[in-house]
Amino acid sequence: MSPLDPRILGEWWNAFLNGLGLSSGWVVFINALVVTVILLGFALTSVLFIIWLERKLAARIQDRLGPNRLGPYGLFQSIADALKLLTKEDITPDNAERVTYNLAPGLSVFAVLMLVLVIPFGPGLIGADINVGVLYIIAMGSIGIMAALMAGWSSNNKYALLGGFRTVAQLLSYEIPMVLAMSVPVLFAGTMSLEGIVQAQATRWFGIVMPAVFLLYFLSALAENERTPFDLLEAESEIVAGYHIEYSGLKFAWFFLAFFLNSLILSAIAATLFLGGWQGPFVEQVPILGIFYFFIKTTLLLFVFMWIRATFPRLRIDQMMAFAWKVLVPMGLVLVLWAAFVMKLPAPAWLRDVVLFVGNVAVLAVTLGGIGRHLRKEAERYTVRRQLANP
Amino acid sequence: MALQVIFIIVSLFTLVSALMVVLHRNLFISALFLVASFFGVAVIYLLLEAEFLAVAQILIYIGAIATLIVFAIMLSRGMMTGRTSPYNAQAVWAGLGSVVLGLVLLYVVAFRVQWPVVEQEVPPDAIEQLGRALVGPYVIPFEVASVLLLAALIGAVMIAREREV
Repeated sequence: MSPLDPRILGEWWNAFLNGLGLSSGWVVFINALVVTVILLGFALTSVLFIIWLERKLAARIQDRLGPNRLGPYGLFQSIADALKLLTKEDITPDNAERVTYNLAPGLSVFAVLMLVLVIPFGPGLIGADINVGVLYIIAMGSIGIMAALMAGWSSNNKYALLGGFRTVAQLLSYEIPMVLAMSVPVLFAGTMSLEGIVQAQATRWFGIVMPAVFLLYFLSALAENERTPFDLLEAESEIVAGYHIEYSGLKFAWFFLAFFLNSLILSAIAATLFLGGWQGPFVEQVPILGIFYFFIKTTLLLFVFMWIRATFPRLRIDQMMAFAWKVLVPMGLVLVLWAAFVMKLPAPAWLRDVVLFVGNVAVLAVTLGGIGRHLRKEAERYTVRRQLANP
Repeated sequence: MALQVIFIIVSLFTLVSALMVVLHRNLFISALFLVASFFGVAVIYLLLEAEFLAVAQILIYIGAIATLIVFAIMLSRGMMTGRTSPYNAQAVWAGLGSVVLGLVLLYVVAFRVQWPVVEQEVPPDAIEQLGRALVGPYVIPFEVASVLLLAALIGAVMIAREREV
C-alpha cells in the first residue's frame, strides 16, 4: 500500500483501537460513531459553503454582486445567516397539528442525511458499502416525500396543503424516470453497491457510453430536488412558499438545510453512477487523488444545477407533469430495454459499449425531435389565436 | 443481549403504532402511525440481517402505499376541519371480533407452526440468488403478479379518464 493511500489511516486507527485491548463489539461501535461524526460534520459544513456558492453564482449570472460584506468575497455570510435564523422567533400556527408539525423538518433532514452514508468519496472511503446501495437511495427519497406531506398538512394553511399536494404529485412522478435511469448503471455494473458501480467504470464512464440515461437522471434529479425549472412546489407567484410557508426560525432552517444538502448529494450520486465517482488518471498509484476527482465531478454537476436555477423560468404545472409522464417515462423504459438487450449481445465489451451509445443517441434524437415538433405546433396555434384576437 | 433489547424496543414501537392506527380519532394521524409501524417492521428486517427486505419494505410500503393512502385521505372531504371520526356504531363488535381473531392467530403462530432454523450464515450474494429465483423457478407467479398489477393500473386509468363526447 502506498503512503498516499487514505486507507492507511483507517488501518492505523483500527490497530490503535485493538491496541487499547477493547472487545470487537466496542471497536465496531466506536468506529460507527467516528464515521457518523465525520460524515455529519462534512455534510453540515459543506452546506454553508454551497449556500454561499449558489448565491454568489446566481448573482454573477444575473449581473449582481451577491454577498460581499462579511469575510473575503462574503464567504462568512452563510454563518451570519445561520445565526440570524437561530435567534428568530419560533411561530406555531394556532390550529396546527403540533407533533406532526414539529416532526416534519427533522424528518426531511433525516431522509437526506441518511444518504451521505453510502456515497463513496474515494477508494475505500465509504460510510457503509451496503450491497443494496442504489435501492437504499431510492427508499430514503420516499421518506422525504412523507416529510413534505406532513409539513403541508399539519400547518393548517391552504397554501401549505396545496404545496404538499404538488410535492407528492411531482416527486412521485419524477421518481419513476429516476429509478429507471439508476437501474441502467446497475444492470451494467452487475451490482447495486455504489462502490461496485464505481469500480465497474475503471475503463469508461457510464455517462459517456449512455448519455441519454445520464440526461434522464439529471433532469429527474432537478425535479426531485425541487429546483428550477421544476420548483412549482414553492412557486411564490402561485402558492406563496409551498409546504414550509408557516415555518420560521430554526425549523425553516432545517428545510433550507435539507434542500441544499439534497443538491449536493444528488450531484454526488450522479457523479458516482455516471461520471466514474473517484475514478481518474493515476488513481491506482496515488489513491488520494480519488477524493480530489470525486469532488471536482460533484462540484461541476452542482455548478450546472445552480446555472440552470439562475437562468431558467419555471414550467407550468401541466407542462411539468406531461414532461414526466409523456417524455421521461417512455424514454426511460426504452433505454432500460435497450440496455438489457445490449447486455445479452454475444459481442466483445467495447462493441457492446458502442452499440449502447448508438442506441442512446438515437433515443435522444427521437425524443428531442418529438419535443421540437410539439413546440412548433404550439407556437403555430398561438400565432393563429393571436391573429384571430387582433385582426 | 444488546440485540434483544433493541428488538424489544422496536417491536413495542411497531405494535403501539399499529394499535394507534385503529384507535386514533384523526384519519390522517392514523395513516402516519401506519408509516411508523411499517418503519418498525423494516428495522426488524434489518435486525434479521435481511437488508434487501428492509429497504424494499421502506420503498414499497412507506414510499408507495402509505404515500398514496395519505394522499387519498388528504383529498377526501372535511380533512381541513380535522374532525373526521372513522368510528361507527359497530365499534364494540369490531373490537370483540379482532380480539378473538388475534387470539386464534396467536395460538396458531405459537403452537402449531414449525419454525425451521438453519445454522448457516446469510450468503453474501443473497440478492443475486433472490433475483435468479424470481426469473427462474418462480417466474410464473412473478409474471402473474405483474399482470395483475398491470390490469389494476389499466382499470384505474379507464375509470378515471374523462369520457370523450
